[in-house]
Amino acid sequence: MNKRVIHWFKFASPQNFYVLAGRMWPWFAILATLLTVIGLWIAFFVAPTDAQQGEGYRIIFVHVPASQMSMFIYLVMAAWAGFGLAFNTRLSGMMASALAPTGALFAFLSLVTGSLWGKPMWGTWWVWDARLTSELILLFLYLGFLALQASIDDPRRADKACAVLALVGVVNVPIIYFSVKWWNTLHQGASVSLTKSPTMASTMLWGMLIMVLACWMYAITIALLRVRNIILDRERHTEWVKHAVE
Amino acid sequence: MKVFELRKLGLASVLLAALRRELSLALRQKGEVLTPLVFFVVIVSLFPLGVGPESALLLRMAPGVLWVSALLAAMLSLQRLFAMDYVDGSLEQMVLSSTPLGLLVVAKALSHFLLSGLPLVLMAPMLGLQFGLEGRALGILMLSLLLGTPTLSLIGSIGAALTLGVRGAGVLLSLLILPLYIPVLIFGAGAVEADAAGLGIGGHLSLLAALLVLSAFFAPLATTTALRISLE
Repeated sequence: MNKRVIHWFKFASPQNFYVLAGRMWPWFAILATLLTVIGLWIAFFVAPTDAQQGEGYRIIFVHVPASQMSMFIYLVMAAWAGFGLAFNTRLSGMMASALAPTGALFAFLSLVTGSLWGKPMWGTWWVWDARLTSELILLFLYLGFLALQASIDDPRRADKACAVLALVGVVNVPIIYFSVKWWNTLHQGASVSLTKSPTMASTMLWGMLIMVLACWMYAITIALLRVRNIILDRERHTEWVKHAVE
Repeated sequence: MKVFELRKLGLASVLLAALRRELSLALRQKGEVLTPLVFFVVIVSLFPLGVGPESALLLRMAPGVLWVSALLAAMLSLQRLFAMDYVDGSLEQMVLSSTPLGLLVVAKALSHFLLSGLPLVLMAPMLGLQFGLEGRALGILMLSLLLGTPTLSLIGSIGAALTLGVRGAGVLLSLLILPLYIPVLIFGAGAVEADAAGLGIGGHLSLLAALLVLSAFFAPLATTTALRISLE
């Protein structure tokens, strides 16, 4: 037998994953810090001032990574939820609940940075644009997930119920997105277009890509740290936790 | 319990029997059925008091107001979808019985539509008149509600099953379900507005019907899973 095969399901056990996550998170944290420093340095000092938008555009270096993370984390969360329902593994539910607050945070951050950008550029804090509205609804979906998680005492039941909710949500996300988009074109309320972006300078693009990577690393770090706490909390009656926290 | 003796009968008669049970149980507690309808009327009547009696503004707002109120009224009556059966233990028997649970869920959603959705459809023209909607617009409003409210019952059953026996179920239910209701709201109210703007309503109604078909397929699946989780 080939001894180099990694038994992935070994890490489905919270005890083993606790150790693995403990080994992994410092690396991701270092990467996150490095990438954030480089990305912000490019964003503030290297990237040129935008001809049309002035200095205000620099908020996209936070805004774009935050919005794409908020959407991506929901997908990952739903994937973990699906795993949890299919294989009945405890760790999957823990991962989903570890990701949810970070996803909600990114959705919130994306809305806040978006409106901070909107005020100088569009002259208004908020427009009922399709993207803004669906981001808001995504935040509602995250909040629903967190509220359901919080109100069920039995963690296993909470995980499963939230898994169903996340899967229902992920089916609905495209439907909601398109309905909001069509609603928006029917009303033609906002006369601003987000899609006609002028070609970006390559340093801007690089800065943004690095910031996206930094957000990825940050999200992974935080999720690993949070899942470690969740594991400790839920397994607190076991022997190994007593040894682990000593 | 009549429902559980029907093992040898066909699916249609089981559905019918379950539906009859739901309706007769509901008719014994008329208050609970009527309250959401009264709530609907009160909410709709509050809007003119809030925004002022200008008829042009009210006419413009009417479809949205009626639809949002319909969402809230449907929400209010969702809690009693499974709660009674959960408390007296018959829900557990339904889960254990050989009758497909999905079928019973469909019967419950259907009864919810008959008791809360359909009365709203019938009451909508009267309230629409107060907002100055004309005959054609009223017809479209009724049609859109008729196509949309069953979807509300079906999607709502997922939330009702998830929040079964949970602390603060009522508020939680609205937080979980209202975001999922948004497409129905958009196309339902949109149909009336599109007609007022001189556009075709075929697209809106087709999308409402598509949402109904989709939710009729997926919602019972999700609801049965959620019920099994809640009863574990």
